[in-house]
Amino acid sequence: MDEHAIVATITNTSPQLSWNLFDDIAALFHYEFMVHAFEAGTIVAVVAGAIGYFVVLRGSAFAAHALSHIGFAGATGAVLLAVNPIFGLLAFTLGSGIAIGALGNRLRGRDVTIGIVLAWTLGLGVLFISLYKGYATEAYAILFGLILGISANDVIVTLVAGIVTIGALIAVYRPLLFASVDEELAGAKGVPVTALSIGFMAILAIAVTEAVQVVGVLLIFALIVTPAAIAVRFTSRPPAAIVTGILLALGFTWAGLAIAYYSPHPVSFFITSLAFFTYVFVRLAEPISQRLRRKSLAPVAPAGG
Amino acid sequence: MIETQPPTTQRPTAGAPAIDARDLAAGYGGPAVWTHANFSIATGSFTAILGPNGGGKSTLIRMILGLLPPFQGELQVLGDKPHRGNALIGYIPQRSSFDAELSIRGRDFVNLGIDGHRWGVRLPGTAYDRAADAAIRAVGADSYADRPIGRLSGGEQQRLLLAQALVGNPRLLLMDEPLSQLDVRNQSVIVQLIGEVKRARKLTVLLIAHDVNPLLSHIDHVLYVAQGNIAMGTPEEIITSESLTRIYSTPVEVLKDSRGRVFVVGLEEEVSHPHG
Repeated sequence: MDEHAIVATITNTSPQLSWNLFDDIAALFHYEFMVHAFEAGTIVAVVAGAIGYFVVLRGSAFAAHALSHIGFAGATGAVLLAVNPIFGLLAFTLGSGIAIGALGNRLRGRDVTIGIVLAWTLGLGVLFISLYKGYATEAYAILFGLILGISANDVIVTLVAGIVTIGALIAVYRPLLFASVDEELAGAKGVPVTALSIGFMAILAIAVTEAVQVVGVLLIFALIVTPAAIAVRFTSRPPAAIVTGILLALGFTWAGLAIAYYSPHPVSFFITSLAFFTYVFVRLAEPISQRLRRKSLAPVAPAGG
Repeated sequence: MIETQPPTTQRPTAGAPAIDARDLAAGYGGPAVWTHANFSIATGSFTAILGPNGGGKSTLIRMILGLLPPFQGELQVLGDKPHRGNALIGYIPQRSSFDAELSIRGRDFVNLGIDGHRWGVRLPGTAYDRAADAAIRAVGADSYADRPIGRLSGGEQQRLLLAQALVGNPRLLLMDEPLSQLDVRNQSVIVQLIGEVKRARKLTVLLIAHDVNPLLSHIDHVLYVAQGNIAMGTPEEIITSESLTRIYSTPVEVLKDSRGRVFVVGLEEEVSHPHG
């Protein structure tokens, strides 16, 4: 028995970090629930990072946020009816996503309309929770995610949904990019902008439903919006921004899971904190790096030029 | 009833007209925006669409693009009925400017003019890159085409919009107020550029403008859209007190300043004035 195991046996709490990084990483995958968490987390991070680029480009961050919250009512309603909450979640996010998409991207009062619907469905969600006589755990899992409770079956469902969303994004990539950058121009060029807007929100609804399993409806921003918002500060090439967003989402998820494994605090907290502080760091570092770049680019330019 | 004037004979007219309107009317279901428009735009000509706000200038552009069916009458565009997604038309929509946070390179935006309407992802290809390069070079945007378009100046954005419109090798260029967000110096630079591109590529150009002055030395014809009518002629014919008063049966005054700039007073309450 090595020292690490003895300590773990004596204290009988969450696993302890050793000085051997390789051992620590291997220990992460010791339990099946952690393997499932990493599998589902990886799929969700790829999907969220990819779709997040379009959410940021289209200025649909509030719509993404609202979708997940509207989904909350669907999920709690499903719990009440003794149905898997994921189906209630999907039904509500899809329905509201299609409705928001039909409102179009340019409509001025869109966010107000979304906000009004959002407030009402949250009220519905509260009613459903109060009617449900079981544990509050179900509601807690929906709100904040329960990635450590993911089954092998959930992983397969997540994988299928992930393949569908990524496949759909690839299929609409060019016209979606066009319509996101300039809807008027794309429409004149023959892009079906309204159908695309609806289609995009439907894809987003599926992605949100997947991501809810990991971070919950309240924390969805951390996986869908934050990685993409950081990525577009590094690169303005769309494919590079998408890849950067995916890598960041993967990094936050993996690191969050790993840290949470060695701590008593929830995974969602670490994932959202990593995303938040990375964003803050990038925003703060940006003006400094720009000043440095400008200096190095123009060493002979007269001052003030 | 106002009859439009035929284009003057001194301007070159090569073959079939690029755009031909016969008794054309525009409307969105309610009262018509304008009616009985008869005009013909010669291939290779440069036409400014002028008139007060809300007169239906953009409606005409939308109709040529095939986004709005004729309410009445007939419209031929490049020898064909107007249809959405016409690859022979390069278009610059009216816009204030790109969002400063829009993180996409000018080059990527120009690329969308080639294949943005196609499904799927684009596979890397040198033919595409060469077309984008050529369009970017043609508008002199080489030095900033790789920067985020939202961070560029109004004039730089306008050049990239023009590159996007040119990249598909169109025969007709439609521009909705491309000068409205530019200062006077940039206006004349962009008009100069449009004129050069038009000659080099033998394009027909239609451009909506708020102020005719930066265009005066470049345009062949003016389409004046106001009060339910469209009148066409050379700038000298149309932009005079007598002509505009007769066309719109309301007192209109055209004033000229010492530098040859013209000011139209009396259509709507609006004054067609140069900015700045």
